[in-house]
Amino acid sequence: MTHASAAHGTHAHSAHDDTHGHPPTSTGLDNKKIAIWAFIGSECMLFASLISTYLIYKRRSVVGPYPHDACLPPLCSTPLPAILDIPITSASTFVLLMSSLAMVLALAAVEMKDQPKRTTGERILGSSKLWLWMTALLGATFLGFQAYEFTSFVHEGLTLRTNLFGSSFFTLTGFHGAHVTVGVLWLLSLLAIDYRRGLGPKDAINVDLAALYWHFVDVVWIVIFTLVYLIK
Amino acid sequence: MATTATAPVYAPAERYVGESGVWSWLTTVDHKRIGTLYLFTSLFFFVVGGLEAGLIRAQLSGPNKHLVSAEMYNQLFTMHGTTMIFLAIMPLSAAFFNYLIPLQIGARDVAFPRLNAFSYWVYLLGALFMNSSWLINAAPNGGWFGYAPLTTYQFSPGLNIDFWVIGLQILGVSSLAAAFNFITTIINMRAPGMNLMRMPMFTWNAFVVQFLLVLAFPVITIALVFLQFDRFFGTTFYAIGAGADPLLWQHLFWIFGHPEVYILILPAFGLVSEIIPTFSRKPIFGYPVMVYATMLIAFLGFGVWAHHMFSVGMGPIADTVFGVTTMLIAIPTGVKIFNWIFTMWGGSVQFTTAMKFAIALVGLFTIGGISGVMHSSPPADLQQTDTYFIVAHFHYVLFGGSMMGIFGGIYYYFPKMTGRMMNEKLGTWHFWLTFVGMNVTFFPMHYAGLMGMPRRIYTYDSGQGWELFNKMSTYGTVLLIIGTAVFLWNFFRSHSIGAVAGNDPWKASTLEWSIPSPPPEYNFARIPRVTSRVPLWDITSPRLASEVPHTKRGDKRLDVDVASKHVGHAYPNPIGNQPKQAAEAGLHIEHATGRTAKDLGIPMPNPTIKPLICALGMTIMFSGLLFIHKDNMSLALITIIGGALVMTMALYAWLLTPLEDAH
Repeated sequence: MTHASAAHGTHAHSAHDDTHGHPPTSTGLDNKKIAIWAFIGSECMLFASLISTYLIYKRRSVVGPYPHDACLPPLCSTPLPAILDIPITSASTFVLLMSSLAMVLALAAVEMKDQPKRTTGERILGSSKLWLWMTALLGATFLGFQAYEFTSFVHEGLTLRTNLFGSSFFTLTGFHGAHVTVGVLWLLSLLAIDYRRGLGPKDAINVDLAALYWHFVDVVWIVIFTLVYLIK
Repeated sequence: MATTATAPVYAPAERYVGESGVWSWLTTVDHKRIGTLYLFTSLFFFVVGGLEAGLIRAQLSGPNKHLVSAEMYNQLFTMHGTTMIFLAIMPLSAAFFNYLIPLQIGARDVAFPRLNAFSYWVYLLGALFMNSSWLINAAPNGGWFGYAPLTTYQFSPGLNIDFWVIGLQILGVSSLAAAFNFITTIINMRAPGMNLMRMPMFTWNAFVVQFLLVLAFPVITIALVFLQFDRFFGTTFYAIGAGADPLLWQHLFWIFGHPEVYILILPAFGLVSEIIPTFSRKPIFGYPVMVYATMLIAFLGFGVWAHHMFSVGMGPIADTVFGVTTMLIAIPTGVKIFNWIFTMWGGSVQFTTAMKFAIALVGLFTIGGISGVMHSSPPADLQQTDTYFIVAHFHYVLFGGSMMGIFGGIYYYFPKMTGRMMNEKLGTWHFWLTFVGMNVTFFPMHYAGLMGMPRRIYTYDSGQGWELFNKMSTYGTVLLIIGTAVFLWNFFRSHSIGAVAGNDPWKASTLEWSIPSPPPEYNFARIPRVTSRVPLWDITSPRLASEVPHTKRGDKRLDVDVASKHVGHAYPNPIGNQPKQAAEAGLHIEHATGRTAKDLGIPMPNPTIKPLICALGMTIMFSGLLFIHKDNMSLALITIIGGALVMTMALYAWLLTPLEDAH
């Protein structure tokens, strides 16, 4: 009966008090932080599939409009105009990049909520509401640019159904836009909590999750902007 | 034999009040109860998929039979494959993930208990959604691989493919949510001392499978999104006339589809890696190599997908590369096979039912693996592809491999889950009927295939030399059906009248056996501390654990990190020292007390219905797409928006409610 004797042997050591409360995590990190990284890993494969498909289909559309200046072989006397508007999209890209900066400041403001603020500058930097609003508004501005872009493309005769470019372009950028929309809603939800009871350092993990997601969506846009818009 | 006789000491844990009743099952967030739900649901769908297979075999038992129509036959083989893969084997694995991962790593639950419930309900509702297609006689009919452009609206205008594409999309959400949950659980909720290289082999296999799920499922999600957009919104992803690549679907599908093969087999490998050491009375041979082999299989598994596509004409370079990577994958797989054999070698092997199934896996999977190496060579594959040879191959892998491992796992873990033993005599009947039936069913298919019998044909002419083999396959299926009936009889009978199991009926080495069977809601009254990879043998069978590395001075996880408790000492590890060191470290055996988490002051998550409502809303939202093809746009919009609202509101309610009461 080794069972019993060994079990008795442990009684001498029964001083552990981890019955109460939760034991510490193995890595010391919050569970949610690990989960969001796993989620981002899977999102990478999602966008990789979308972007690969766009690239595979880039020159395969049999009818226009085309993304960049193109000519239909064998004649190249009348090139078709490019439909992608790089200057406007550069502006919207800048807006989205700035939203990541605002997100960083929002997280810092939440983390340092309890620290005393003496100067106006510290009060501005320490306002989580201001920076969350800023992030959400910049995100919404990006979505506005995208809505404008989609509408003008439709006016120029490019829809989901027109050609392979239309299908893969709208699906790819639409998926990205949907991710930005979810991010904006997430930020607005955090703002609602901030107005109701105030976000403090103990909420930093939840703001951190939103920030990681937001930066990820931002990074994906940089890849899309480079591969879809800039590289002909 | 004394293992089961000392019953009174180990009466099953008393059940705490409020555990029974339908409502408690609908609202449960306990990983063990969710695991049980997974087990029962997936066994149900295993039977459904088996009956579909039975009809297929009845139809093919002789030439020119017309038991079912060609159209019905298409629906049967599509739903047989889809059901067995997505609704039976994957959730059977999920049942074990749920039940075992927290127990094996010494945790009280998974990282996100409500997300876990959500995963289950999404699986159940997705499965019901897909199978509801039978009611309107429109079950999916495009094969489990659903090749586009065949499955685009132009060529498959019925609702059949709609059910398939939406159903898989729903099921994907379930798998992904579960994968995030288990990755977090394994990384972050291990008991002190449970280093990664001390985790039980099942948990290791499960861990690797979660990464496969996380990386493979988004790819099929996108492939399905393209197909949905093509079917519902008129995009051109798979429209060849618009210049689409006819291989796009095949590439995306198999980039998912091949890792999926390892998603199906690795959990069974994990179960067998628990069963064989226990019944050989030896620690597993070459533990680190087993871990690396698992990772290597998963890694290589992402680089072999195009071996499913040799016949489409990718050219000699692509064919060669994918042929070589496919052959390479046989190396880590072979390592596993040899390690299991070496684990048994020189051990005192006990032929319990679980062990019989485990040994059967080693043999039968090897047959399937070797026929796999045969068609990794493109010239050979061109002869074999789309014939019954391939059907024989993957049934040896999935039935001879996955299902044998899962059956072994059920016999092995049934005592832990229910507190009662399964009947060994009926188990032996089940094993031999299944083992013989499986070989009689699937071995002749090798011959039928090499003689040219193509897959997916609903009938065939006589005089081609296929009759005998098909007749044998059908007879074998009868044995399999009888065997499964014996299993189910054993399962439900043992559930109520089986011998009382006690903590550790098999004298196993891992943490789940150190606690009562069935485990109390909180699993461990005290979180264990682990000093080796066979923690329980340190107490119960020290001689068996003597060659396994143990904690030495300076093990940081035990020494420093654990709430400033000093538990580490120099452990030179001579035979007989382990019980002492395990005790000193705080490893212990817990007996059934009937005390609840409340009595012990252990915080437990509150039961909640919100994950179920959220899953329901999501399923309604997806199913609204069906009405688009019924030209009922307003009904489609109402269903989609209504479902989305229900889902969002349940999600917010869920996220704004704390997991447990403040303490």
